[in-house]
Amino acid sequence: MNARKWRDLIGTKTLLIITLFISSLFFLIFILLLSRSLLVLESHSIIEVLFSSVWNPDAGQFGLAAIIVDTILVTGFALLIAIPISLLSAIYIVEYAPRKIRKAIRPFIDILAGVPSVVYGLCAFLFLAPFVQNVIAPFFGVQSTGLCIFSAAFILSIMVFPIIISLCIESFDAIPLSLKEASLSVGATKWETVKKVVFRASAPSIIAAILLGFGRAFGETIAVNMVIGGTIRFPSSLFNPGETLASLIASKYGELMSIPVHESALMLVALILFIVVFLFYLLGFLTLRRAKKRWKY
Amino acid sequence: MEVLNRRTLEEKLFKILMVGSLCIVIGSLVVIFGLVVINGASSLSIEMITQTPRPSTPGSPPGGGILNAIVGSILLALPATGLASLIGIGIALFLQSDFLHPRYSDIIRFMLDVLWGIPSIIYGIFCLMIMISIGMSSSILVGMIALTMLEIPIITRSMDEAIKMVPIGLKEGAYSLGSTKIETAFRVIRRQAFPGILAGILLGLGRGIGDAASILFTAGFSNRLPTSLFDSTATLPTMIYNLYSTPLGQSKAFAAAFILLMIVLIVSVLSRLLTRRFKKHIIK
Repeated sequence: MNARKWRDLIGTKTLLIITLFISSLFFLIFILLLSRSLLVLESHSIIEVLFSSVWNPDAGQFGLAAIIVDTILVTGFALLIAIPISLLSAIYIVEYAPRKIRKAIRPFIDILAGVPSVVYGLCAFLFLAPFVQNVIAPFFGVQSTGLCIFSAAFILSIMVFPIIISLCIESFDAIPLSLKEASLSVGATKWETVKKVVFRASAPSIIAAILLGFGRAFGETIAVNMVIGGTIRFPSSLFNPGETLASLIASKYGELMSIPVHESALMLVALILFIVVFLFYLLGFLTLRRAKKRWKY
Repeated sequence: MEVLNRRTLEEKLFKILMVGSLCIVIGSLVVIFGLVVINGASSLSIEMITQTPRPSTPGSPPGGGILNAIVGSILLALPATGLASLIGIGIALFLQSDFLHPRYSDIIRFMLDVLWGIPSIIYGIFCLMIMISIGMSSSILVGMIALTMLEIPIITRSMDEAIKMVPIGLKEGAYSLGSTKIETAFRVIRRQAFPGILAGILLGLGRGIGDAASILFTAGFSNRLPTSLFDSTATLPTMIYNLYSTPLGQSKAFAAAFILLMIVLIVSVLSRLLTRRFKKHIIK
Protein backbone atom coordinates (compact mmCIF):
# COMPACT_ATOMS: atom_id res chain seq x y z
CA MET A 1 0.00 0.00 0.00
CA ASN A 2 2.71 2.38 1.00
CA ALA A 3 4.80 1.49 -1.98
CA ARG A 4 1.92 2.30 -4.29
CA LYS A 5 1.43 5.66 -2.67
CA TRP A 6 5.11 6.44 -3.00
CA ARG A 7 5.05 5.43 -6.63
CA ASP A 8 2.07 7.68 -7.18
CA LEU A 9 3.78 10.60 -5.51
CA ILE A 10 7.04 10.16 -7.39
CA GLY A 11 5.23 9.63 -10.68
CA THR A 12 3.11 12.72 -10.26
CA LYS A 13 6.08 14.87 -9.37
CA THR A 14 8.07 13.55 -12.32
CA LEU A 15 5.25 14.39 -14.68
CA LEU A 16 4.96 17.83 -13.12
CA ILE A 17 8.66 18.47 -13.63
CA ILE A 18 8.59 17.31 -17.26
CA THR A 19 5.55 19.44 -17.98
CA LEU A 20 7.07 22.50 -16.36
CA PHE A 21 10.33 21.94 -18.18
CA ILE A 22 8.71 21.72 -21.60
CA SER A 23 6.47 24.70 -20.90
CA SER A 24 9.49 26.67 -19.85
CA LEU A 25 10.94 25.96 -23.29
CA PHE A 26 8.50 28.53 -24.54
CA PHE A 27 10.01 31.22 -22.33
CA LEU A 28 13.52 29.90 -22.78
CA ILE A 29 13.36 30.33 -26.54
CA PHE A 30 11.92 33.80 -26.17
CA ILE A 31 14.50 34.91 -23.63
CA LEU A 32 17.42 33.49 -25.56
CA LEU A 33 16.31 35.10 -28.81
CA LEU A 34 15.75 38.40 -27.01
CA SER A 35 19.09 38.38 -25.24
CA ARG A 36 20.90 37.52 -28.45
CA SER A 37 19.21 40.23 -30.45
CA LEU A 38 20.00 42.93 -27.89
CA LEU A 39 23.46 43.33 -29.39
CA VAL A 40 22.17 44.69 -32.66
CA LEU A 41 19.59 46.82 -30.89
CA GLU A 42 22.34 48.53 -28.94
CA SER A 43 23.76 50.15 -32.05
CA HIS A 44 20.57 50.37 -34.11
CA SER A 45 17.22 51.53 -32.86
CA ILE A 46 14.31 49.18 -33.46
CA ILE A 47 12.66 51.86 -35.62
CA GLU A 48 15.73 52.03 -37.82
CA VAL A 49 15.85 48.26 -38.21
CA LEU A 50 12.16 47.94 -39.01
CA PHE A 51 11.83 50.88 -41.39
CA SER A 52 15.11 51.07 -43.20
CA SER A 53 15.32 49.05 -46.35
CA VAL A 54 19.09 48.77 -46.64
CA TRP A 55 20.31 45.30 -45.74
CA ASN A 56 24.06 45.38 -45.94
CA PRO A 57 25.61 43.50 -43.05
CA ASP A 58 29.16 44.29 -44.12
CA ALA A 59 28.45 48.00 -43.76
CA GLY A 60 26.60 47.37 -40.52
CA GLN A 61 23.17 48.12 -41.96
CA PHE A 62 20.37 45.79 -41.05
CA GLY A 63 17.23 47.36 -42.48
CA LEU A 64 14.38 44.88 -42.64
CA ALA A 65 11.70 47.00 -44.31
CA ALA A 66 12.02 45.42 -47.76
CA ILE A 67 11.98 41.95 -46.25
CA ILE A 68 8.95 42.72 -44.14
CA VAL A 69 7.11 44.06 -47.18
CA ASP A 70 8.00 40.89 -49.10
CA THR A 71 6.84 38.73 -46.20
CA ILE A 72 3.51 40.51 -46.03
CA LEU A 73 3.09 40.27 -49.80
CA VAL A 74 3.88 36.56 -49.93
CA THR A 75 1.75 35.67 -46.93
CA GLY A 76 -1.13 37.91 -47.92
CA PHE A 77 -1.22 36.73 -51.49
CA ALA A 78 -0.99 33.09 -50.41
CA LEU A 79 -3.92 33.54 -48.05
CA LEU A 80 -5.87 35.42 -50.72
CA ILE A 81 -5.69 32.30 -52.88
CA ALA A 82 -6.05 29.81 -50.06
CA ILE A 83 -8.95 31.20 -48.05
CA PRO A 84 -11.79 31.10 -50.63
CA ILE A 85 -10.66 27.78 -52.09
CA SER A 86 -10.30 26.15 -48.67
CA LEU A 87 -13.61 27.49 -47.37
CA LEU A 88 -15.55 26.37 -50.43
CA SER A 89 -13.90 22.95 -50.36
CA ALA A 90 -14.63 22.51 -46.67
CA ILE A 91 -18.27 23.48 -47.16
CA TYR A 92 -18.59 21.08 -50.04
CA ILE A 93 -17.05 18.26 -48.04
CA VAL A 94 -19.30 18.83 -45.03
CA GLU A 95 -22.62 19.89 -46.55
CA TYR A 96 -22.81 18.68 -50.11
CA ALA A 97 -20.57 15.70 -50.74
CA PRO A 98 -22.08 12.23 -50.56
CA ARG A 99 -20.91 10.25 -47.56
CA LYS A 100 -18.63 8.09 -49.69
CA ILE A 101 -16.72 10.99 -51.22
CA ARG A 102 -16.53 12.62 -47.84
CA LYS A 103 -14.88 9.62 -46.27
CA ALA A 104 -12.50 9.23 -49.20
CA ILE A 105 -11.38 12.86 -49.17
CA ARG A 106 -10.25 13.11 -45.55
CA PRO A 107 -7.11 10.98 -46.03
CA PHE A 108 -6.15 13.12 -49.03
CA ILE A 109 -6.31 16.27 -46.95
CA ASP A 110 -4.23 14.62 -44.22
CA ILE A 111 -1.60 13.51 -46.71
CA LEU A 112 -1.51 16.97 -48.26
CA ALA A 113 -0.80 18.30 -44.77
CA GLY A 114 1.96 15.75 -44.28
CA VAL A 115 3.95 16.35 -47.46
CA PRO A 116 7.29 17.81 -46.33
CA SER A 117 7.80 21.44 -47.28
CA VAL A 118 11.05 20.64 -49.01
CA VAL A 119 9.13 18.45 -51.47
CA TYR A 120 6.76 21.34 -52.21
CA GLY A 121 9.81 23.51 -52.72
CA LEU A 122 11.43 21.04 -55.10
CA CYS A 123 8.31 20.76 -57.25
CA ALA A 124 7.85 24.52 -57.23
CA PHE A 125 11.45 25.17 -58.19
CA LEU A 126 11.56 22.72 -61.07
CA PHE A 127 8.05 23.03 -62.49
CA LEU A 128 6.19 26.04 -61.15
CA ALA A 129 9.05 28.51 -61.61
CA PRO A 130 9.60 27.73 -65.33
CA PHE A 131 5.84 27.85 -65.80
CA VAL A 132 5.68 31.28 -64.21
CA GLN A 133 8.67 32.40 -66.25
CA ASN A 134 7.34 31.21 -69.61
CA VAL A 135 3.58 31.46 -69.31
CA ILE A 136 2.22 33.49 -66.41
CA ALA A 137 4.66 36.41 -66.34
CA PRO A 138 4.50 37.00 -70.14
CA PHE A 139 0.71 36.82 -69.83
CA PHE A 140 0.87 39.85 -67.55
CA GLY A 141 3.50 41.42 -69.77
CA VAL A 142 6.38 41.18 -67.31
CA GLN A 143 9.78 39.59 -67.44
CA SER A 144 10.55 37.20 -64.64
CA THR A 145 12.96 34.42 -63.86
CA GLY A 146 10.14 32.50 -62.24
CA LEU A 147 11.88 32.68 -58.89
CA CYS A 148 9.65 35.36 -57.50
CA ILE A 149 7.13 36.40 -54.89
CA PHE A 150 4.26 35.04 -56.96
CA SER A 151 5.72 31.52 -57.13
CA ALA A 152 6.40 31.52 -53.39
CA ALA A 153 2.89 32.70 -52.61
CA PHE A 154 1.39 30.14 -54.96
CA ILE A 155 3.17 27.14 -53.47
CA LEU A 156 2.50 28.51 -50.00
CA SER A 157 -1.22 28.65 -50.66
CA ILE A 158 -1.19 24.94 -51.50
CA MET A 159 0.57 24.27 -48.20
CA VAL A 160 -2.05 26.24 -46.29
CA PHE A 161 -5.06 24.45 -47.88
CA PRO A 162 -5.05 21.41 -45.60
CA ILE A 163 -4.73 23.46 -42.40
CA ILE A 164 -7.70 25.71 -43.10
CA ILE A 165 -9.76 22.90 -44.62
CA SER A 166 -9.37 20.46 -41.75
CA LEU A 167 -10.04 23.08 -39.08
CA CYS A 168 -13.09 24.35 -40.97
CA ILE A 169 -14.45 20.84 -41.45
CA GLU A 170 -14.20 20.35 -37.72
CA SER A 171 -16.09 23.51 -36.91
CA PHE A 172 -18.76 23.01 -39.59
CA ASP A 173 -19.34 19.54 -38.21
CA ALA A 174 -19.89 20.94 -34.75
CA ILE A 175 -22.85 23.11 -35.75
CA PRO A 176 -26.05 21.61 -34.35
CA LEU A 177 -28.28 20.07 -36.97
CA SER A 178 -31.34 21.87 -35.60
CA LEU A 179 -29.82 25.23 -36.53
CA LYS A 180 -29.51 24.19 -40.15
CA GLU A 181 -32.90 22.48 -40.16
CA ALA A 182 -34.56 25.63 -38.92
CA SER A 183 -33.14 27.57 -41.81
CA LEU A 184 -34.01 24.92 -44.39
CA SER A 185 -37.54 24.56 -43.06
CA VAL A 186 -38.38 28.20 -43.69
CA GLY A 187 -37.50 27.72 -47.32
CA ALA A 188 -33.88 28.75 -47.57
CA THR A 189 -31.83 26.99 -50.20
CA LYS A 190 -28.85 24.98 -49.08
CA TRP A 191 -26.40 27.67 -50.11
CA GLU A 192 -28.42 30.33 -48.31
CA THR A 193 -28.32 28.18 -45.21
CA VAL A 194 -24.58 27.84 -45.57
CA LYS A 195 -24.12 31.54 -46.14
CA LYS A 196 -26.40 32.82 -43.42
CA VAL A 197 -26.28 30.08 -40.80
CA VAL A 198 -23.21 27.89 -41.15
CA PHE A 199 -20.73 30.65 -41.94
CA ARG A 200 -22.14 32.93 -39.28
CA ALA A 201 -22.30 30.31 -36.56
CA SER A 202 -18.77 29.12 -37.21
CA ALA A 203 -17.27 32.53 -37.95
CA PRO A 204 -14.96 32.48 -34.92
CA SER A 205 -13.57 29.06 -35.84
CA ILE A 206 -13.10 30.17 -39.43
CA ILE A 207 -11.18 33.20 -38.22
CA ALA A 208 -9.09 31.00 -35.93
CA ALA A 209 -8.39 28.62 -38.83
CA ILE A 210 -7.28 31.51 -41.01
CA LEU A 211 -5.03 32.82 -38.26
CA LEU A 212 -3.39 29.41 -37.90
CA GLY A 213 -3.00 29.24 -41.66
CA PHE A 214 -1.39 32.64 -41.52
CA GLY A 215 1.02 31.40 -38.88
CA ARG A 216 2.05 28.52 -41.08
CA ALA A 217 2.45 30.65 -44.18
CA PHE A 218 4.29 33.36 -42.30
CA GLY A 219 6.86 31.01 -40.84
CA GLU A 220 7.36 28.69 -43.77
CA THR A 221 11.06 28.65 -44.46
CA ILE A 222 12.38 26.03 -46.79
CA ALA A 223 9.81 25.96 -49.56
CA VAL A 224 9.76 29.74 -49.77
CA ASN A 225 13.52 29.90 -49.65
CA MET A 226 13.78 27.59 -52.65
CA VAL A 227 11.57 29.64 -54.98
CA ILE A 228 11.65 33.25 -53.87
CA GLY A 229 14.98 34.15 -55.41
CA GLY A 230 16.65 35.76 -52.41
CA THR A 231 16.92 39.41 -53.39
CA ILE A 232 16.60 42.07 -50.73
CA ARG A 233 15.05 45.24 -52.13
CA PHE A 234 11.62 46.72 -52.48
CA PRO A 235 9.63 44.68 -54.99
CA SER A 236 8.02 46.55 -57.86
CA SER A 237 5.75 43.69 -58.84
CA LEU A 238 4.70 40.24 -57.71
CA PHE A 239 7.05 38.77 -60.28
CA ASN A 240 10.14 40.24 -58.67
CA PRO A 241 12.40 38.10 -56.54
CA GLY A 242 12.32 38.83 -52.83
CA GLU A 243 13.12 37.42 -49.43
CA THR A 244 10.92 36.69 -46.43
CA LEU A 245 11.89 36.85 -42.78
CA ALA A 246 12.02 33.10 -42.28
CA SER A 247 13.80 32.38 -45.54
CA LEU A 248 16.35 35.09 -44.75
CA ILE A 249 17.49 33.11 -41.71
CA ALA A 250 17.85 29.93 -43.75
CA SER A 251 19.84 31.57 -46.52
CA LYS A 252 22.05 33.85 -44.45
CA TYR A 253 22.67 32.06 -41.18
CA GLY A 254 25.52 29.95 -42.46
CA GLU A 255 27.57 32.92 -43.63
CA LEU A 256 26.63 35.39 -40.93
CA MET A 257 26.91 33.35 -37.78
CA SER A 258 30.62 33.98 -37.35
CA ILE A 259 30.26 37.71 -36.65
CA PRO A 260 28.30 38.49 -33.45
CA VAL A 261 26.48 41.58 -34.75
CA HIS A 262 25.38 39.80 -37.92
CA GLU A 263 24.21 36.83 -35.94
CA SER A 264 22.40 39.12 -33.58
CA ALA A 265 20.53 40.73 -36.49
CA LEU A 266 19.29 37.31 -37.58
CA MET A 267 18.29 36.55 -33.99
CA LEU A 268 16.19 39.69 -34.09
CA VAL A 269 14.51 38.36 -37.23
CA ALA A 270 13.80 35.09 -35.43
CA LEU A 271 12.45 37.02 -32.47
CA ILE A 272 10.09 38.94 -34.77
CA LEU A 273 8.89 35.64 -36.24
CA PHE A 274 8.32 34.22 -32.77
CA ILE A 275 6.41 37.26 -31.54
CA VAL A 276 4.21 37.55 -34.63
CA VAL A 277 3.32 33.85 -34.60
CA PHE A 278 2.60 34.08 -30.87
CA LEU A 279 0.33 37.10 -31.35
CA PHE A 280 -1.62 35.42 -34.10
CA TYR A 281 -2.09 32.27 -32.07
CA LEU A 282 -3.16 34.37 -29.11
CA LEU A 283 -5.68 36.17 -31.29
CA GLY A 284 -7.02 32.85 -32.56
CA PHE A 285 -7.19 31.45 -29.05
CA LEU A 286 -9.07 34.47 -27.70
CA THR A 287 -11.51 34.50 -30.63
CA LEU A 288 -12.32 30.85 -30.04
CA ARG A 289 -12.69 31.26 -26.31
CA ARG A 290 -15.02 34.21 -26.64
CA ALA A 291 -17.07 32.35 -29.19
CA LYS A 292 -17.33 29.34 -26.92
CA LYS A 293 -18.65 31.49 -24.12
CA ARG A 294 -21.18 33.18 -26.36
CA TRP A 295 -22.42 30.21 -28.34
CA LYS A 296 -22.94 27.25 -26.12
CA TYR A 297 -21.89 24.54 -28.53
CA MET B 1 -40.70 32.84 -60.12
CA GLU B 2 -38.02 35.34 -61.07
CA VAL B 3 -36.72 35.44 -57.50
CA LEU B 4 -36.69 31.68 -57.21
CA ASN B 5 -34.68 31.43 -60.38
CA ARG B 6 -32.07 33.80 -59.13
CA ARG B 7 -31.79 31.82 -55.91
CA THR B 8 -31.44 28.48 -57.57
CA LEU B 9 -28.96 30.03 -59.97
CA GLU B 10 -26.86 31.23 -57.05
CA GLU B 11 -27.07 27.78 -55.51
CA LYS B 12 -25.86 26.20 -58.73
CA LEU B 13 -23.12 28.75 -59.26
CA PHE B 14 -21.68 28.19 -55.82
CA LYS B 15 -21.95 24.46 -56.14
CA ILE B 16 -19.82 24.66 -59.26
CA LEU B 17 -17.36 26.92 -57.46
CA MET B 18 -17.15 24.43 -54.58
CA VAL B 19 -16.53 21.46 -56.80
CA GLY B 20 -13.99 23.56 -58.66
CA SER B 21 -12.07 24.45 -55.49
CA LEU B 22 -12.11 20.90 -54.27
CA CYS B 23 -10.72 19.85 -57.64
CA ILE B 24 -7.94 22.42 -57.25
CA VAL B 25 -7.07 21.07 -53.80
CA ILE B 26 -7.10 17.41 -54.80
CA GLY B 27 -5.52 18.30 -58.14
CA SER B 28 -2.55 20.00 -56.51
CA LEU B 29 -1.94 16.92 -54.41
CA VAL B 30 -2.16 14.69 -57.47
CA VAL B 31 0.18 16.96 -59.45
CA ILE B 32 2.80 16.99 -56.70
CA PHE B 33 2.60 13.24 -56.23
CA GLY B 34 2.70 12.72 -59.97
CA LEU B 35 5.76 14.91 -60.44
CA VAL B 36 7.68 13.31 -57.60
CA VAL B 37 6.72 9.74 -58.47
CA ILE B 38 7.44 10.08 -62.19
CA ASN B 39 10.75 11.86 -61.74
CA GLY B 40 11.71 9.99 -58.59
CA ALA B 41 10.96 6.50 -59.85
CA SER B 42 13.01 7.06 -62.98
CA SER B 43 16.04 8.22 -61.01
CA LEU B 44 15.73 5.51 -58.39
CA SER B 45 18.13 2.63 -58.77
CA ILE B 46 19.97 0.09 -56.65
CA GLU B 47 23.01 2.32 -56.78
CA MET B 48 20.97 5.24 -55.52
CA ILE B 49 19.94 3.55 -52.29
CA THR B 50 23.06 1.53 -51.57
CA GLN B 51 25.85 4.03 -52.15
CA THR B 52 26.99 7.32 -50.74
CA PRO B 53 27.48 10.29 -53.06
CA ARG B 54 30.64 10.27 -55.14
CA PRO B 55 31.92 13.78 -55.81
CA SER B 56 32.59 14.65 -59.41
CA THR B 57 36.10 14.09 -60.62
CA PRO B 58 37.43 15.66 -63.80
CA GLY B 59 35.90 13.78 -66.68
CA SER B 60 33.09 12.04 -64.86
CA PRO B 61 29.87 13.53 -63.44
CA PRO B 62 29.06 13.12 -59.76
CA GLY B 63 27.50 9.76 -59.10
CA GLY B 64 26.75 7.43 -56.27
CA GLY B 65 23.57 7.47 -54.27
CA ILE B 66 21.85 8.87 -51.25
CA LEU B 67 22.44 6.11 -48.72
CA ASN B 68 23.94 8.59 -46.26
CA ALA B 69 20.77 10.67 -46.36
CA ILE B 70 18.53 7.65 -45.81
CA VAL B 71 20.63 6.47 -42.88
CA GLY B 72 20.83 10.01 -41.49
CA SER B 73 17.09 10.51 -41.65
CA ILE B 74 16.44 7.24 -39.85
CA LEU B 75 19.09 7.94 -37.23
CA LEU B 76 17.63 11.36 -36.52
CA ALA B 77 13.90 10.84 -36.80
CA LEU B 78 13.41 7.51 -35.02
CA PRO B 79 15.20 8.32 -31.75
CA ALA B 80 13.75 11.84 -31.78
CA THR B 81 10.24 10.46 -32.18
CA GLY B 82 10.82 7.90 -29.45
CA LEU B 83 12.09 10.50 -27.04
CA ALA B 84 9.38 12.99 -27.93
CA SER B 85 6.71 10.30 -27.49
CA LEU B 86 8.00 9.40 -24.03
CA ILE B 87 7.96 13.01 -22.93
CA GLY B 88 4.76 13.72 -24.82
CA ILE B 89 2.71 10.96 -23.23
CA GLY B 90 3.79 12.09 -19.79
CA ILE B 91 2.71 15.65 -20.43
CA ALA B 92 -0.49 14.63 -22.20
CA LEU B 93 -1.56 12.47 -19.25
CA PHE B 94 -0.58 15.17 -16.80
CA LEU B 95 -2.65 17.82 -18.61
CA GLN B 96 -5.88 16.02 -17.75
CA SER B 97 -8.06 17.33 -14.97
CA ASP B 98 -7.05 14.42 -12.71
CA PHE B 99 -3.67 16.03 -12.18
CA LEU B 100 -3.93 19.67 -13.07
CA HIS B 101 -6.56 22.33 -12.72
CA PRO B 102 -7.99 23.16 -16.16
CA ARG B 103 -7.01 26.77 -15.61
CA TYR B 104 -3.33 25.81 -15.73
CA SER B 105 -3.60 23.06 -18.29
CA ASP B 106 -5.32 25.42 -20.72
CA ILE B 107 -2.38 27.79 -20.49
CA ILE B 108 0.07 24.94 -21.08
CA ARG B 109 -2.01 23.71 -24.00
CA PHE B 110 -1.89 27.16 -25.50
CA MET B 111 1.87 27.34 -25.09
CA LEU B 112 2.24 23.96 -26.73
CA ASP B 113 0.08 25.17 -29.60
CA VAL B 114 2.34 28.16 -30.08
CA LEU B 115 5.39 25.90 -29.92
CA TRP B 116 3.72 23.77 -32.61
CA GLY B 117 3.17 26.86 -34.69
CA ILE B 118 6.52 28.62 -34.51
CA PRO B 119 8.66 28.11 -37.60
CA SER B 120 10.91 25.10 -37.24
CA ILE B 121 13.93 27.18 -38.18
CA ILE B 122 13.64 28.78 -34.75
CA TYR B 123 14.23 25.38 -33.13
CA GLY B 124 17.18 25.02 -35.44
CA ILE B 125 18.89 28.23 -34.43
CA PHE B 126 17.89 27.80 -30.79
CA CYS B 127 19.71 24.46 -30.64
CA LEU B 128 22.56 25.88 -32.66
CA MET B 129 23.03 28.71 -30.16
CA ILE B 130 23.13 26.31 -27.25
CA MET B 131 25.36 23.96 -29.22
CA ILE B 132 27.91 26.67 -29.96
CA SER B 133 27.89 28.02 -26.44
CA ILE B 134 28.79 24.61 -25.02
CA GLY B 135 31.41 24.06 -27.68
CA MET B 136 29.83 21.35 -29.79
CA SER B 137 29.68 21.27 -33.55
CA SER B 138 26.79 20.23 -35.75
CA SER B 139 26.12 16.55 -35.23
CA ILE B 140 23.49 13.87 -35.15
CA LEU B 141 23.01 14.46 -31.44
CA VAL B 142 22.18 18.15 -31.78
CA GLY B 143 19.95 17.50 -34.78
CA MET B 144 18.15 14.86 -32.77
CA ILE B 145 17.54 17.28 -29.93
CA ALA B 146 16.22 19.91 -32.34
CA LEU B 147 13.86 17.37 -33.90
CA THR B 148 12.71 16.18 -30.48
CA MET B 149 11.87 19.73 -29.51
CA LEU B 150 10.00 20.17 -32.76
CA GLU B 151 8.02 16.97 -32.28
CA ILE B 152 7.11 17.29 -28.60
CA PRO B 153 4.31 19.84 -29.06
CA ILE B 154 2.89 17.97 -32.06
CA ILE B 155 2.86 14.61 -30.33
CA THR B 156 1.70 15.97 -26.98
CA ARG B 157 -1.20 17.94 -28.37
CA SER B 158 -2.55 15.15 -30.52
CA MET B 159 -2.22 12.62 -27.67
CA ASP B 160 -3.88 15.12 -25.39
CA GLU B 161 -6.87 15.44 -27.72
CA ALA B 162 -7.22 11.65 -27.76
CA ILE B 163 -6.89 11.30 -24.01
CA LYS B 164 -9.51 14.00 -23.43
CA MET B 165 -12.02 11.71 -25.14
CA VAL B 166 -11.62 8.92 -22.59
CA PRO B 167 -15.03 8.56 -20.90
CA ILE B 168 -15.10 9.84 -17.34
CA GLY B 169 -16.89 6.70 -16.17
CA LEU B 170 -13.84 4.63 -16.98
CA LYS B 171 -11.63 6.79 -14.80
CA GLU B 172 -14.20 6.80 -12.04
CA GLY B 173 -14.38 3.03 -12.23
CA ALA B 174 -10.64 2.78 -11.80
CA TYR B 175 -10.57 5.27 -8.93
CA SER B 176 -13.45 3.58 -7.14
CA LEU B 177 -11.51 0.34 -7.16
CA GLY B 178 -8.75 2.11 -5.30
CA SER B 179 -6.21 2.86 -8.04
CA THR B 180 -3.92 5.78 -7.60
CA LYS B 181 -3.79 8.57 -10.17
CA ILE B 182 -0.63 7.27 -11.78
CA GLU B 183 -2.01 3.75 -12.02
CA THR B 184 -5.21 5.03 -13.57
CA ALA B 185 -3.31 7.23 -15.99
CA PHE B 186 -0.80 4.65 -17.17
CA ARG B 187 -2.86 1.47 -17.00
CA VAL B 188 -6.40 2.54 -17.80
CA ILE B 189 -6.38 5.85 -19.62
CA ARG B 190 -3.31 5.05 -21.66
CA ARG B 191 -4.82 1.78 -22.81
CA GLN B 192 -8.15 3.32 -23.69
CA ALA B 193 -6.57 6.18 -25.63
CA PHE B 194 -3.99 3.95 -27.31
CA PRO B 195 -5.23 4.41 -30.91
CA GLY B 196 -5.05 8.18 -30.52
CA ILE B 197 -1.65 7.99 -28.86
CA LEU B 198 -0.34 5.89 -31.71
CA ALA B 199 -1.75 8.31 -34.26
CA GLY B 200 0.01 11.13 -32.40
CA ILE B 201 3.35 9.34 -32.48
CA LEU B 202 3.06 8.63 -36.19
CA LEU B 203 2.03 12.22 -36.89
CA GLY B 204 5.14 13.37 -35.09
CA LEU B 205 7.31 10.91 -37.00
CA GLY B 206 5.89 12.13 -40.30
CA ARG B 207 6.58 15.75 -39.42
CA GLY B 208 10.01 15.05 -37.99
CA ILE B 209 11.33 13.05 -40.89
CA GLY B 210 10.27 15.67 -43.41
CA ASP B 211 11.47 18.78 -41.65
CA ALA B 212 14.52 20.43 -43.11
CA ALA B 213 14.69 23.83 -41.44
CA SER B 214 15.36 22.60 -37.92
CA ILE B 215 18.23 20.31 -38.89
CA LEU B 216 19.71 22.45 -41.63
CA PHE B 217 22.35 23.85 -39.30
CA THR B 218 22.15 21.46 -36.38
CA ALA B 219 22.80 18.18 -38.17
CA GLY B 220 25.11 19.72 -40.75
CA PHE B 221 25.87 17.93 -43.96
CA SER B 222 28.25 15.19 -44.90
CA ASN B 223 28.74 12.93 -47.87
CA ARG B 224 29.84 10.01 -45.75
CA LEU B 225 27.97 7.62 -43.55
CA PRO B 226 27.99 8.81 -39.94
CA THR B 227 30.04 6.68 -37.58
CA SER B 228 29.18 8.23 -34.23
CA LEU B 229 26.64 10.48 -32.54
CA PHE B 230 28.98 13.43 -32.94
CA ASP B 231 29.34 13.20 -36.70
CA SER B 232 27.37 15.52 -38.89
CA THR B 233 25.12 13.81 -41.36
CA ALA B 234 22.96 14.42 -44.39
CA THR B 235 19.26 13.65 -44.21
CA LEU B 236 16.68 13.25 -46.95
CA PRO B 237 15.27 16.78 -46.60
CA THR B 238 18.64 18.50 -46.29
CA MET B 239 19.91 16.43 -49.22
CA ILE B 240 17.08 17.78 -51.35
CA TYR B 241 17.75 21.29 -50.11
CA ASN B 242 21.42 21.05 -50.96
CA LEU B 243 20.98 19.56 -54.40
CA TYR B 244 17.83 21.05 -55.88
CA SER B 245 19.45 23.90 -57.75
CA THR B 246 22.26 21.98 -59.44
CA PRO B 247 21.18 20.21 -62.64
CA LEU B 248 23.41 17.23 -61.87
CA GLY B 249 22.00 16.82 -58.41
CA GLN B 250 18.36 16.91 -59.39
CA SER B 251 18.02 13.19 -59.99
CA LYS B 252 19.29 12.57 -56.48
CA ALA B 253 16.98 15.24 -55.11
CA PHE B 254 14.04 13.57 -56.78
CA ALA B 255 15.06 10.14 -55.57
CA ALA B 256 15.26 11.56 -52.05
CA ALA B 257 11.89 13.30 -52.47
CA PHE B 258 10.37 10.07 -53.71
CA ILE B 259 11.62 8.11 -50.72
CA LEU B 260 10.53 10.85 -48.37
CA LEU B 261 7.07 11.01 -49.88
CA MET B 262 6.72 7.23 -49.68
CA ILE B 263 7.73 7.30 -46.01
CA VAL B 264 5.16 10.01 -45.29
CA LEU B 265 2.53 8.08 -47.22
CA ILE B 266 3.30 4.80 -45.46
CA VAL B 267 3.27 6.49 -42.06
CA SER B 268 -0.09 8.05 -42.84
CA VAL B 269 -1.64 4.80 -44.09
CA LEU B 270 -0.12 2.88 -41.19
CA SER B 271 -1.60 5.35 -38.77
CA ARG B 272 -5.07 4.78 -40.22
CA LEU B 273 -4.76 1.00 -40.27
CA LEU B 274 -3.31 0.68 -36.77
CA THR B 275 -5.82 3.10 -35.33
CA ARG B 276 -8.64 1.06 -36.77
CA ARG B 277 -7.08 -2.17 -35.58
CA PHE B 278 -6.55 -1.03 -32.02
CA LYS B 279 -9.94 0.64 -31.81
CA LYS B 280 -11.36 -2.85 -31.50
CA HIS B 281 -9.81 -3.24 -28.08
CA ILE B 282 -11.09 -0.11 -26.44
CA ILE B 283 -14.18 0.15 -24.32
CA LYS B 284 -16.92 2.11 -25.98
